[in-house]
Amino acid sequence: MAYVAIADRDHHLHDPDTFITKYIWSQDHKVIAIQYGVVAIGVGLVALALSLLMRLQIGFPDVFPFMTPYNYYQFVTTHGMIMVIYLLTALFLGGFGNYLIPLMCGARDMVFPYMNMLSFWVYLLSVIVLIASFFVPGGATGAGWTLYPPQAVLEGTPGSDWGIVLMLVSLAIFIVAFTMGGLNYVTTVLQARCRGMTLMRMPLSVWGIFVATILGLLAFPALFVAAIMMVLDRLIGTSFFMPALLSLGETTATTGGSPILFQHLFWFFGHPEVYIVALPAFGIVSDLLSTHARKNIFGYRMMIWAIVAIGALSFVVWAHHMYVSGMNPYFGFFFATTTLIIAVPTAIKVYNWVLTLWRGDIHFTLPMLWATGFIFTFIHGGLTGLFLGNVTVDLPLSDTYFVIGHFHMVMGVSPVMVLFGAIYHWFPKITGRMANDVLGKIHFWMTFLGTYAIYLPMHYLGILGMPRRYYDYGQTDFIPESALGVNQGITIAAIVVATAQLIFLVNVAYSLWKGKRADPNPWRATTLEWQTPDTPPKHGNWGPKLPEVHRWAYDYSVPGDEEDFIPQNHPIKPGEESLRNAGVSRE
Amino acid sequence: MALAVAIVLLVIGSLVFHFLSPWYFTPIASNWSTIDFTVDVTFWVTGIVFVGINLFSAWAIVKYRHRKGHKAHYEPENKKLEIWLTVVTSVGVAAMLAPGLVVWGDFINVPENALRFEALGKQWHWSYRLPGDDGEFGATEVRHMSVDNPFGMDPEDPAGQDDILIADPVMHLPLGQPVHALLRSTDVLHNFTVPQFRVKMDLVPGMVTYQWFTPERTGTYEILCEELCGIGHFAMRGKVIVDEVGDWEEWLAQQPTFAETQARPVGDAAAGAANYAVCTACHGAQGEGLLALNAPKIAGQEDWYMRRQIANYLNGVRGSDPRDIFALQMAPMAIVLTNPTVRENVIAYIQTLPDEPPEQTIFGDVERGAELYTTCAFCHGAEAEGIWSTNAPRLAGMSDWYLARQLENFQQGIRGGHEADVYGDQMYMMANILKDEDAINDIIAYINTL
Repeated sequence: MAYVAIADRDHHLHDPDTFITKYIWSQDHKVIAIQYGVVAIGVGLVALALSLLMRLQIGFPDVFPFMTPYNYYQFVTTHGMIMVIYLLTALFLGGFGNYLIPLMCGARDMVFPYMNMLSFWVYLLSVIVLIASFFVPGGATGAGWTLYPPQAVLEGTPGSDWGIVLMLVSLAIFIVAFTMGGLNYVTTVLQARCRGMTLMRMPLSVWGIFVATILGLLAFPALFVAAIMMVLDRLIGTSFFMPALLSLGETTATTGGSPILFQHLFWFFGHPEVYIVALPAFGIVSDLLSTHARKNIFGYRMMIWAIVAIGALSFVVWAHHMYVSGMNPYFGFFFATTTLIIAVPTAIKVYNWVLTLWRGDIHFTLPMLWATGFIFTFIHGGLTGLFLGNVTVDLPLSDTYFVIGHFHMVMGVSPVMVLFGAIYHWFPKITGRMANDVLGKIHFWMTFLGTYAIYLPMHYLGILGMPRRYYDYGQTDFIPESALGVNQGITIAAIVVATAQLIFLVNVAYSLWKGKRADPNPWRATTLEWQTPDTPPKHGNWGPKLPEVHRWAYDYSVPGDEEDFIPQNHPIKPGEESLRNAGVSRE
Repeated sequence: MALAVAIVLLVIGSLVFHFLSPWYFTPIASNWSTIDFTVDVTFWVTGIVFVGINLFSAWAIVKYRHRKGHKAHYEPENKKLEIWLTVVTSVGVAAMLAPGLVVWGDFINVPENALRFEALGKQWHWSYRLPGDDGEFGATEVRHMSVDNPFGMDPEDPAGQDDILIADPVMHLPLGQPVHALLRSTDVLHNFTVPQFRVKMDLVPGMVTYQWFTPERTGTYEILCEELCGIGHFAMRGKVIVDEVGDWEEWLAQQPTFAETQARPVGDAAAGAANYAVCTACHGAQGEGLLALNAPKIAGQEDWYMRRQIANYLNGVRGSDPRDIFALQMAPMAIVLTNPTVRENVIAYIQTLPDEPPEQTIFGDVERGAELYTTCAFCHGAEAEGIWSTNAPRLAGMSDWYLARQLENFQQGIRGGHEADVYGDQMYMMANILKDEDAINDIIAYINTL
């Protein structure tokens, strides 16, 4: 039984009373969420700056003397790693997971608050170790974010002396942090929901975060062992991933190891990782669309099963990243089939988002702009995945700019659209003030149109055959001059998009300082976090008494009700019973 | 509303871009038009979905935008619609998957009559091997690799003696003949890709991977490495030249077998001294070089590098660009080294000359030079001592004015611009990382300290 009676008496029992316990060594999930968010966005800005430096080189290869192949490959690597792990994973799960799970489930906090606090500080340590890798002899690793051995640990790669070690250690530390946070999220969802909050009444945001966390707990260990094994290869001369080699004229002492073993371990983590980022985005965007279209999410149960199915399938598709890796070619049949099957539940989610708009009452608020923008970017990124997931179609496209275009649309732009939508959506609850609408809209349009201008042409450069991870294309017969022009255009678009993110920072700062005071429930939403007695919610969230849930999270525009939303904690009204019996309502 | 307009415009824009932009597949030069077919099928299916869903949502955004008094429809589920959509989606997915799996089956099963060759990747060059008359590849091992045995051939293996070795990044293939490329790497992952052939596969150290294709158009095609292989990744280029069968056989007959490469005459330094007399006039009696005559120091340079450059002069790879006036002077002089025995003798003699550091003529910001040199060190060595396996010559203690001139020549493609000069082409790309005026002086000032 999810309900814990003692929780009602918890009020004020453990309230922090000093500045340090309130804001620094805080065990309050909301403060930890903000700490996670600030660090993730901060390190994300570093990754954004690195991407601009890369783009300067690709767009204008003869102009910037500070861009050498050495630091180009370092920037490529660190940009990718930060964006995937230290920004997206941390912000969705450590940030929004932390903030939303207890509030949406009607809990006072995470079930293990102390471990939750540790999770953040260990995460911060992993970020510090990562950044430190730029300042050790040889600098950060330039092995590409996939860190494939033997390259990553051999001399031909920048940062092969210390950068790679720090990168691997940082990942291991991150995984420790994630595990502490992740166990917390899963246990909280399973154990600390308030009375009446059945699993099949939970908002999809919580479902997405919950399943993503389970994926993380199962997938990250593969990366963890791979990182440890590679550290051993690098430092004490084991040969897990290292056959007998000749490196820059010298034979190595290694023998018998398998480079492909690392790739299997990496992608056994790496593919679920895509969904660790995507599933929270799927969940959150479902709630944004439903709230701002004033309409229940279409096919709620199907949405949950789609999330669960995608999560399960994500563990049997990893080798679609390895079609041309030299693994047993017969694997191609299996992994192409599983990969294309995963398109079916994913497509169902897209249909249901669009069908949520259909016959809705769409309010084009700031969060809604981002959410509908996401539908467009995700359709694009998802469809190009059908090219790369299908083993034969992947042959000409693998390792080209098509891949860059695809994964940036599907797991860069799309989740980021949701992140910004989510930030603008929950900003009033988190800070007690509304975010500025005008700045937010400028931010949206520059980001939405700018990113498409960046990534659409990349697909075609990829079809043309331009390989990824090239510092310079030099004179290549099949690449026309005009392709360089495209790259210049892409770089300019990237600068525009980066500028838009500065507008976002200005907006946050300005709105914190001068934003309009927010109502407790400005979007007139049904979910529990909007029903707290205080805004922002105080420690313990609910005052003396925990909420009690009577209905699902999507009672918008219920026929016969004068309001167009009924919060989850409102009891069933007389007359609603008949609706339910007629099968109109979910419960 | 604005969003609906934006979505419609983006959809139209994407279609226009797709149909009108000049950036699309390079004209195919192999048998794999079936791969292009699977790409086309995927474009059609996904394109229809892309247009359909986006236009529907744009329509819904306009039609169901908030207006006063309007209330959303309440419909939690619609089983019939959901099942219908699932079925249609599954059919579309199957339509893309089925041809994909069939063609993949063709790709992984190599035809019986395919010509086998090996592509060997190593940081950051390609070389090739054919099995020779016995049709069998000899055994190779990393521990056998050296400057004189760059393929790591097992000298004891009789099957390897007639293997044909092409220690050059340019490979020739016969037209219309299916070829089975066995891929081998001795250091890190690489990837053998010719965009016009459509297929690619990684090279994995410790194992042999493969791909097959039939070249169907004569011409010269670039090989790109498409798996990040270290700092020189982007400059790891090779070429495939597809010849008519007759031309190919002629080319093949000129390539040495492993046994022949091992039987190269051993240089006799004493005999070489006499032949070196011709060189003395410019390069100096001690091979110390003479700036006034634009002749660089050659004493102390690696023998394999001199061997290659002499060959370049003899083949017209160097000394044929009218802008390279000093190379034009060297080219006729090199003719005295046409005889392989003479050539080896002279090289052997140069190896005996004293290696005195030359006078420094170039000055610059050593600290900045050191920073720039980080990239160069990967191939030329941390001490600029030269590394045979990267085909990068010694730089330290050589004529600094000559290095400066060569860097300028590389930057402008005066050197390295010849289409057969694939190692030079790599240096052309690398020299262009020195983007400002002082960079060359700075980097050479640093090399002078090594």
